[in-house]
Amino acid sequence: MSKAQIDQVFEKLKESGDKAFISYIMAGDGGLDGLKHQIKTLEAAGVDIIELGIPFSDPVADGPVIQQAGIRALDAGVSLRKILDELKKIKDDINVPIVLMTYINPVLNIGYQAFAEDARNSGVSGVILPDVPFEEEDEISTHLGDNDIALVRLVTLTSDEGRIRELCEGAEGFLYAVTVKGTTGGRTSFGEDTYELLRKIKGIADVPVCAGFGVSNREMAEALGDHCDGVIVGSKIVEMLHQGEAEGIKNLIPEKSSAVK
Amino acid sequence: MVLSYEFPDSKGKYGGFGGRYVPETLIGALNELEAEYNKALQDEGFLQELDEYLTEFVGRETPLYHAKNLSDHIGGAKIYLKREDLNHTGAHKINNTVGQGLLAKRMGKKKIIAETGAGQHGVATATICANLGLECIIFMGKEDVRRQELNVFRMELLGAEVVSVDAGRGTLKDAVNATLRHWVANVDDTHYILGSVLGPHPFPQIVRDFQSVIGSETREQVMEKEGRLPDSVVACIGGGSNAMGMFYPFIEDEGVDLIGVESAGKGLDTDEYAASISKGRVGVLHGAKMHLLQDDAGQIQEAYSVSAGLDYPGIGPEHSHLHTTGRVNYVSRNDMEALAAFELLSRKEGIIPALESAHAVAEAIEAAKGRRSDEVVVICLSGRGDKDVSEVKRLLRGGENE
Repeated sequence: MSKAQIDQVFEKLKESGDKAFISYIMAGDGGLDGLKHQIKTLEAAGVDIIELGIPFSDPVADGPVIQQAGIRALDAGVSLRKILDELKKIKDDINVPIVLMTYINPVLNIGYQAFAEDARNSGVSGVILPDVPFEEEDEISTHLGDNDIALVRLVTLTSDEGRIRELCEGAEGFLYAVTVKGTTGGRTSFGEDTYELLRKIKGIADVPVCAGFGVSNREMAEALGDHCDGVIVGSKIVEMLHQGEAEGIKNLIPEKSSAVK
Repeated sequence: MVLSYEFPDSKGKYGGFGGRYVPETLIGALNELEAEYNKALQDEGFLQELDEYLTEFVGRETPLYHAKNLSDHIGGAKIYLKREDLNHTGAHKINNTVGQGLLAKRMGKKKIIAETGAGQHGVATATICANLGLECIIFMGKEDVRRQELNVFRMELLGAEVVSVDAGRGTLKDAVNATLRHWVANVDDTHYILGSVLGPHPFPQIVRDFQSVIGSETREQVMEKEGRLPDSVVACIGGGSNAMGMFYPFIEDEGVDLIGVESAGKGLDTDEYAASISKGRVGVLHGAKMHLLQDDAGQIQEAYSVSAGLDYPGIGPEHSHLHTTGRVNYVSRNDMEALAAFELLSRKEGIIPALESAHAVAEAIEAAKGRRSDEVVVICLSGRGDKDVSEVKRLLRGGENE
């Protein structure tokens, strides 16, 4: 797989007039053996892209739910290396693009070039690096590019217009619009500034724009979807998987106009 | 040969170290801080106010004290102590918090947040916030809150709110994570007073600059007393702020040996130490690329030291750079050596050093041995040991020598 796979997902959705639903899960929460089953469950529920979190000891962008999931994964002995190995084994059974969301240190530890090659061989389409802003991405972006992996950038409520233009220039895969000032985790609603941000980015970007952080129900997903090309749900799904409520995940996903699953 | 030292570069890098590895949400605030800081440095009014605070509130300048008894006891070089222990609140930490507090006021930020490990930086931050009328929240790991009950009360007495951090293992690095998370959510009206030469640019530079009053004074004082520069300058290193403040004004003086002392804890051959240079690898934590204690998978490890102020798993990015270039020699001293130095300085000079500073004393004793009596060794005595007395009593009298 490659970054083209992400583009294909959005092209298809555009044709049918639908929005992407992206699910975050913490790799190895519940053991790496369960990863394939989790991914297949999400595919069956109608998820379009899976953002696969890599556990890290110091996750500064994450709220309590994902922090806890990361600790469970680390306690189970999960590492970036093991996750890539597992993905390599199961990649032929996966139909949706996989985007890794990882803090930079575990990647630096493997080495950028080796990581990019391994990720490609494991079928990874994109990478999100929450602690690598635009200023620092040069050191890894060429390695990812050479291996056909998209580096997905984040845009936030504190990014002014000049900054948004900078981030849109050369963006790959999609732009990840962070809907709140703060860490990941459920909110009950978004302010007008969130919709304003999405409109601003949509006006500038020529890649799809997806909104995430704090989305915890279908209504919120629908409300955000009206202003962009897709939504990302993390903590809520992580919690549901942990509580054994996977069957409820499909209820989070806004209905598609095409073949409803 | 004059070595021209100009770091950080325009991207906040010290050679291959430093930078800004933070969530996008913070980039605007860091740009603002950098711009405001650069403006403040050009503002006579700001510099004068800072100077007044350092003189009247902190109690500078601090003496450069000739430790004659210790020098005679060792029988080697002449040992001087830069007495940062005599500062208000008992350590060098206040040099930085006063500077950043005034900077926050200038930027119109009314809320201050800070991390603290043992509580020294938390107390120094709460102190300047009380004085400047700034709202103050201190994040402290759950374990540290338990161990440092008295410092928690001290901060509360000064009007700060102390938040106990349960996340992770409840230690200093978790407190930094919590402070960064709070900052991400409240970046509009809040300034983060980072306590060491760590974190994303411009923090390592700001903290170094505010701490470099230590080295600047030392340089003048030693010239006055000895008519020449010292042969060696020794400082302890956790994150590395007292060392960076001491070393920076000497960096272009190639004849001056600069020695940074990390904590070897229970020994570099055990799993319990805080020596990021000796035992770590280059990585990224809390916004900067630096030497870090980490496992095979790149997960950050907990640091250990008998002195709580040294148990951080990383070392400031500028130190990583100075190690790589060889300008500073980084060594380590273990718990027992620090305790022995703690006792020796207390007995010989009537000065009880902080356990952190005792690591520098331990190294300086070795550095002074076998040297001529006209050679000069300066120790940065970064803090006083009152805070450590009960712990040392437990270790020395309790029969526990681990």
